[in-house]
Amino acid sequence: MHPAPSLILFTVLSGTGFGLLVWLGLGLRAPTGLAAFILFGLGYGLAGAGLIAAAFHLGHPERALKAFTQWRSSWLSREAVLAAATLAVMAPHAAGSVFAATPLPFFGWLGALLALVTIFATSMIYVQIKAVPRWHHWSTPPVFLLAGLAGGAALAGQAILALWLMLALAIAMVVHWMAGDGQFAQAGSTAGTATGLGDLGTVRLLEPPHSGQNYLLREMVHEVGRKHAYKLRLIALGAGAVLPALLLLLFPVGYLVIALALIAHIFGMLAQRWLFFAEAEHVVGLYYGKR
Amino acid sequence: MNQPAPDLSPKVSDEIRKTTCYMCACRCGINVHMKGGQVAYIEGNRDHPVNRGVLCAKGSAGIMQHLSPARLRAPLKRVGPRGSGEFEEISWDEALRIATDWLGPLREKAPEKLAFFTGRDQSQSFTGWWAQAFGTPNWAAHGGFCSVNMAAAGIYTMGGAFWEFGQPDWERTKLFLLFGVAEDHDSNPIKMGLGRLKERGARVIGVNPIRSGYNAVADDWVGITPGTDGLFILSLVHELLRAGKIDLGYLIRYTNAPYLVNAQEGPEKGLFLRDADGKPMVRDRRTGQAVAWDAPDIAPDLANGVEIDGVTHLPVFRHLADRYLSEEYAPDNVADRCGVPAARIRAIAAEIARVAFEEEITLDQPWTDFRGVKHDKMVGRPVAMHAMRGVSAHSNGFQTCRALHMLQILIGSIETPGGFRFKPPYPKPPEAHPRPHAKHAPGQPLDGPHLGYPLGPEHLLIEEDGAPKRIDKAFSWEAPLSAHGMMHMVISNAHAGDPYEIDTLFLYMANMAWNSSMNTSKVMEMLTDTTEDGSYRIPRIIYSDAYSSEMVAFADLVLPDTTYLERHDCISLLDRPICEAEALADSIRWPVVAPDRDVRPFQSVLLDLGARLKLPGMVKDDGTPKFSDYADYITHHERRPGVGPLAGFRGNGDGKGRGAPNPDQIARYIENGGFWIDHIPEEAQFYKPWNAAYQDWAVARGLYDSPQPYLFNLWSETLRKFQLAAEGHGDRQPPEYLRARLIETMDPLPIWYPTFTDAETDPAEYPLHALTQRPMAHYHSWGSQNAWLRQIHGHTPLYVSGDIWAEHGFAEGDWATLTSPHGRITLPVVRMDALNACTVWTWNAIAKRRGAWALDKRAPEAEKSSLLNHLIHELLPTKGDGLRWANSDPITGQAAWYDLRVKIEKAPAGQSVSHPAHPPQASPVPKAPQDMALKARV
Amino acid sequence: MTSLPEKTQKKLGLVIDLDTCVGCHACVISCKGWNTENYGAPLADLDAYGESPEGTFLNRVHSFEVVREEATPMVVHFPKSCLHCDDAPCVTVCPTGASYKRVEDGIVLVNESDCIGCGLCAWACPYGAREMDGAEKVMKKCTLCVDRIYNENLPEEDREPACVRTCPAGARHFGDLSDPDSDVSQLVAERGGIDLMPEQGTKPVNKYLPPRPRDALEVPDLKPLSAPKTPKTEQAKGFVGWLDRALEKL
Ligand SMILES: Nc1nc2c(c(=O)[nH]1)N[C@H]1C(S)=C(S)[C@@H](COP(=O)(O)OP(=O)(O)OC[C@H]3O[C@@H](n4cnc5c(=O)[nH]c(N)nc54)[C@H](O)[C@@H]3O)O[C@H]1N2
Ligand SMILES: Nc1nc2c(c(=O)[nH]1)N[C@H]1C(S)=C(S)[C@@H](COP(=O)(O)OP(=O)(O)OC[C@H]3O[C@@H](n4cnc5c(=O)[nH]c(N)nc54)[C@H](O)[C@@H]3O)O[C@H]1N2
Ligand code: SF4
Ligand code: SF4
Ligand code: SF4
Ligand code: SF4
Ligand code: SF4
Ligand SMILES: [Mo]
Repeated sequence: MHPAPSLILFTVLSGTGFGLLVWLGLGLRAPTGLAAFILFGLGYGLAGAGLIAAAFHLGHPERALKAFTQWRSSWLSREAVLAAATLAVMAPHAAGSVFAATPLPFFGWLGALLALVTIFATSMIYVQIKAVPRWHHWSTPPVFLLAGLAGGAALAGQAILALWLMLALAIAMVVHWMAGDGQFAQAGSTAGTATGLGDLGTVRLLEPPHSGQNYLLREMVHEVGRKHAYKLRLIALGAGAVLPALLLLLFPVGYLVIALALIAHIFGMLAQRWLFFAEAEHVVGLYYGKR
Repeated sequence: MNQPAPDLSPKVSDEIRKTTCYMCACRCGINVHMKGGQVAYIEGNRDHPVNRGVLCAKGSAGIMQHLSPARLRAPLKRVGPRGSGEFEEISWDEALRIATDWLGPLREKAPEKLAFFTGRDQSQSFTGWWAQAFGTPNWAAHGGFCSVNMAAAGIYTMGGAFWEFGQPDWERTKLFLLFGVAEDHDSNPIKMGLGRLKERGARVIGVNPIRSGYNAVADDWVGITPGTDGLFILSLVHELLRAGKIDLGYLIRYTNAPYLVNAQEGPEKGLFLRDADGKPMVRDRRTGQAVAWDAPDIAPDLANGVEIDGVTHLPVFRHLADRYLSEEYAPDNVADRCGVPAARIRAIAAEIARVAFEEEITLDQPWTDFRGVKHDKMVGRPVAMHAMRGVSAHSNGFQTCRALHMLQILIGSIETPGGFRFKPPYPKPPEAHPRPHAKHAPGQPLDGPHLGYPLGPEHLLIEEDGAPKRIDKAFSWEAPLSAHGMMHMVISNAHAGDPYEIDTLFLYMANMAWNSSMNTSKVMEMLTDTTEDGSYRIPRIIYSDAYSSEMVAFADLVLPDTTYLERHDCISLLDRPICEAEALADSIRWPVVAPDRDVRPFQSVLLDLGARLKLPGMVKDDGTPKFSDYADYITHHERRPGVGPLAGFRGNGDGKGRGAPNPDQIARYIENGGFWIDHIPEEAQFYKPWNAAYQDWAVARGLYDSPQPYLFNLWSETLRKFQLAAEGHGDRQPPEYLRARLIETMDPLPIWYPTFTDAETDPAEYPLHALTQRPMAHYHSWGSQNAWLRQIHGHTPLYVSGDIWAEHGFAEGDWATLTSPHGRITLPVVRMDALNACTVWTWNAIAKRRGAWALDKRAPEAEKSSLLNHLIHELLPTKGDGLRWANSDPITGQAAWYDLRVKIEKAPAGQSVSHPAHPPQASPVPKAPQDMALKARV
Repeated sequence: MTSLPEKTQKKLGLVIDLDTCVGCHACVISCKGWNTENYGAPLADLDAYGESPEGTFLNRVHSFEVVREEATPMVVHFPKSCLHCDDAPCVTVCPTGASYKRVEDGIVLVNESDCIGCGLCAWACPYGAREMDGAEKVMKKCTLCVDRIYNENLPEEDREPACVRTCPAGARHFGDLSDPDSDVSQLVAERGGIDLMPEQGTKPVNKYLPPRPRDALEVPDLKPLSAPKTPKTEQAKGFVGWLDRALEKL
């Protein structure tokens, strides 16, 4: 799949933002006043920025409201509804914390739950796509959830929690990659099943339908070299989880350490998400001789 | 659930205008949907005899052709050097004045110094007529570089050819063999026909080095080595003869198989024994005597000859059997050469025999033959064959086509149900065609039509000293039966001043500076070459095109044409009509939209020019123009009394074929959907050359002036006459250097010989054959200006077989260099296993020169594409005899495109632009728009 | 509208005959022409005359090669448009309800005025049957020519998809695949029509007819008139003898 910057930013930023909101909602850290303003501001800001980035991906952002209507069946719609609900439900808690130094735990807890489900819904947008076998797997939501929660915990200054979550994230990523590598074969789609000609012999694309470009090729047929992918996996794993964990483990907690850990984590997650898209092979590639 | 309710019955259009497609020579009927005066959508016309509603990709994309940014806008006068593409737009007045000033004096002094050649012209009977009136012998259209082998071999053998002259009996055929066809002129009918066969599950055998398109759907694929079809076919003939699986009754009744051939050395050898009236004779089995072939109540013999005055005369069939029963043609002996296993050849022969003789079909349709004999049934051998340029575009193409027709005739499948059927005005034997003419004089029209079918050396167009009379050297000893002229030789001959110099080269719709010339790079140099004094070697070039093609840049004066939706045209019986085997038909185009720029229909411009030049037939007695425009000509011109360009609705509107001009004729065509059709009576549907009812019907329709029954020429006396001359007989003698070749190739019976290139190329050095195929969704060079079509085929990868792929270590994304003795090109490679192992190929005419066709200079057509034409020379490489032999068929002069031999190498890594990369031409049209998203305004 | 109907009254769809398709792209262009002028926004072509043209097409023809162990390789031309799946994942993922499957005939459509151009449905389709229009930024797909098949402004015989009407080889068939007696259902039954990527669980309505066996010609060799081993002249003599006899019988 094409690693669109808008989608990479969307999933990473909003994931981290909602992750932070989870912790703030749960009251793991209950700041008030300016601190609350900054922290809630960060949570709302990241979640919002992510959603805005996502809107860049839309052909008709002016119709975005329509995306709230199909929550019964569509994970994208659910994600939109949940994100809005999270931000709304969390608002009294946030306002209470900032302006009245009075956190409202009911809203906080409910908001936290919604934030968690929002991240899950984001991941389900991808999981539900059966045509991308790498995504269509139980190992995808843990990566999204742990990434958001780990980043959020670090942002919330919860070093120990962040440390453990980073380690869990590392495992989730590795599992996701390892499982993912076999998913396409597991799905059983081949040039033979795609054309129904498999019983006759080895099927190979002779000529694509058009020598010109098309949307499908640009959007869904993206090839990354094996070597390249391997390097990026190391970067994602190292910067996104291992390095932050080490920083949090080895150095006394302070703003600098947390900031460094966060920067590494975000950077690593951008790499992870880039790979998440770039490595994901869509079965439509079979019609274009890709794979 | 509450679902949206889209408008299920939107208005489709304001109006439908029915005219004829122009995207190829198939000439399907189209419904042009108009919205708000604009063309909105084009679909096939269901009532049209050619396409019955279907339409190919090119036809449906006609709207984008009409909207092409490459369309010329006004007449152009060259201001930069030739080839630069620098022009100024001028008025029609000025353009016509320039043309008149150039051509007027020429006609008065030396009309032959005008060379007028017209490409894939759909108005040949008109342009030829114009050239005849002008008085130049130098006119022809594109046939010489296209498929004259097919046309001429068919006419000389059986009075009609595949091509546009006939078709398989799609409805009844049970076995169909297709040789060397990727797309063909009969584009939609062939697809429709294949579809009909598939519906019935009839077997299709494809003989082609490449298995794509039609060959992909063939049940059996014969991946033959290029240039060897003749040998393969003669091997099938060998098998059939050996097993006696031939239709003797058919051979006796309808062919010259029983004619007695003189066997004595001397000037008569190989000629028919004739009676006092000049009638060829046969041996009557009952009496053992030689009698005229058409004597009543005889039993012509095929086995035994006669001896008269000590001279033996054997029937044609004995010669034929003796020749093809030879072990030389046994499957085992041809298999390697053809690249086809012997077992497969045997199986195909057996299948042909099985279907022809065990699945015979009969129609309960009585008919009467020309001898007056009544038959109560029509017996058919449901084996049909079709072939095109894969067979004809070789230097052995004429004889290969003859071999194929001989095969069809031997099994009795020509003009019988389930076999191959002529489309009227064919059948028409060579004798019923005119002879070629070239007698010219200052200020006078030519002495007769330019092209025709010579019956012997006496009809060659040569001077006393043997020099060719025509600039293209057609009908000379170099190409005696070049029935369509040799357009591909015009530029090089004119440049060389051989056989003489010309003044003005006038071309119409042929991209001669690019894809229709061999040796393209050199041709561009010839067009721009100057003499010592700095003037151009070819002094003047006038060109008519509708688009900014490569050729436009080389003209001094450009006459911009309209598109096919903006003009009148007629697809005439005098030319190449749209007839079907069961009906006579012709059609028109008419302006369904008005031009939005300063362009004019070329035919009307030619009439205007003719009137200004006061050409006979184009002015009235008072010197004023006779025709106001082409539509006027179509309606009122008469070729013979009562016979004009259009056959339908003549006289008071009821006239079929014959009748006085009808001023309402075009209106009647429009009313009728743009065409006219007249069904052949049932009893006249088959056996046309010998069917009395057909002959009478054809006379009534003006196709002939009297019945013309004839027999098929298994043995061609015409060819034999040229051989005799080469053997030293007769007063017209070929030059010494051509004798041996004429004797070898102009055999009265079909033969196979290796193509000249194969015979002279060292296979170790140039191991591969290189071919082009026409893409179904492109028409030559015009497709690339079409925003829809160019996305389908925007570049020309070189397809190589798995063996070559492995041998050269190719990988996806690699490029290859192809080298011939003559040139070098570089292209991206693609692997294709369903390919003859020693063949590589690419798409024809997709490659473009930078700057042409209003395309971006970095378009893939320029950067990732090349023409094989750069590798093909119009002459063969030198062989040390001091001569440069033409790269053509020695009999017809047909360009031997597919004789090409090459070697392949992997291009160095990093290659990203194809070779050769010619510098850009300036574009005479403005830059094309970036994006397109159109809807006609309602 | 994103939920799929439990059941549709008809299952209109195409049956494509891979034994017959010659790969001419006629269906591609007639589809482009009809749908540029009809249903929704015109189908755009970006950089139409440039270096990298990219247009929207609702139907494209691929060409595959099948390399066989025991026989010569085959080439199969392979047209592909929306298969109007029964379990259409493209519909259920749509956040706006723009994508829907019609209850009356099972046609899967996009209501362009509701489409936000998120592209998710194109991701969900395993077959590459949806393309985002480069100019209009809405999702485009085969409409099964819903604006032709019921169009009262068209003559009865023309109420079929543009691609079917134009296909010169007759390789495309249109009809109701829920009716076992329909021509298309019978064709599928007779010729063993198949689903593409059944493992994707989409239950396509469109069916493909596989190519008939290729290169399977088996006929006994012709029997020569004379013994095969006779020398050349003998063979010729034998032939004339046969000829004489055969002519006597005529
Ligand atoms: N779409 C489209 N239609 C066209 C045209 C076009 O440009 N586009 N052009 C029109 C014109 S002008 C013409 S002349 C016709 C030509 O119509 P075709 O004759 O179909 O033209 P080609 O594409 O040259 O196809 C030649 C075929 O012969 C095969 N071939 C080459 N050498 C041999 C050989 O030695 N033996 C055998 N058996 N096969 C061989 C090639 O592989 C190829 O498949 O098409 C007309 N129709
Ligand atoms: N390598 C290779 N070369 C080949 C062949 C091959 O098989 N292989 N095939 C050969 C054959 S058979 C042929 S027929 C030739 C074809 O070659 P050409 O006859 O040169 O064909 P086009 O490229 O179509 O060029 C025709 C010209 O007509 C112009 N034109 C189009 N419409 C109109 C119109 O309405 N009015 C006017 N006035 N002009 C118009 C086009 O713009 C174009 O410039 O190519 C030959 N060249
Ligand atoms: S075959 Fe295609 S391009 Fe040729 S006339 Fe017919 S519709 Fe037009
Ligand atoms: S129009 Fe028919 S034959 Fe041509 S590509 Fe489409 S399905 Fe195949
Ligand atoms: S083919 Fe693709 S777009 Fe069409 S219904 Fe099936 S999943 Fe949806
Ligand atoms: S692109 Fe349009 S139709 Fe497709 S899922 Fe998004 S909103 Fe729905
Ligand atoms: S049914 Fe209509 S929209 Fe669908 S592919 Fe055919 S022409 Fe295109
Ligand atoms: Mo041609």
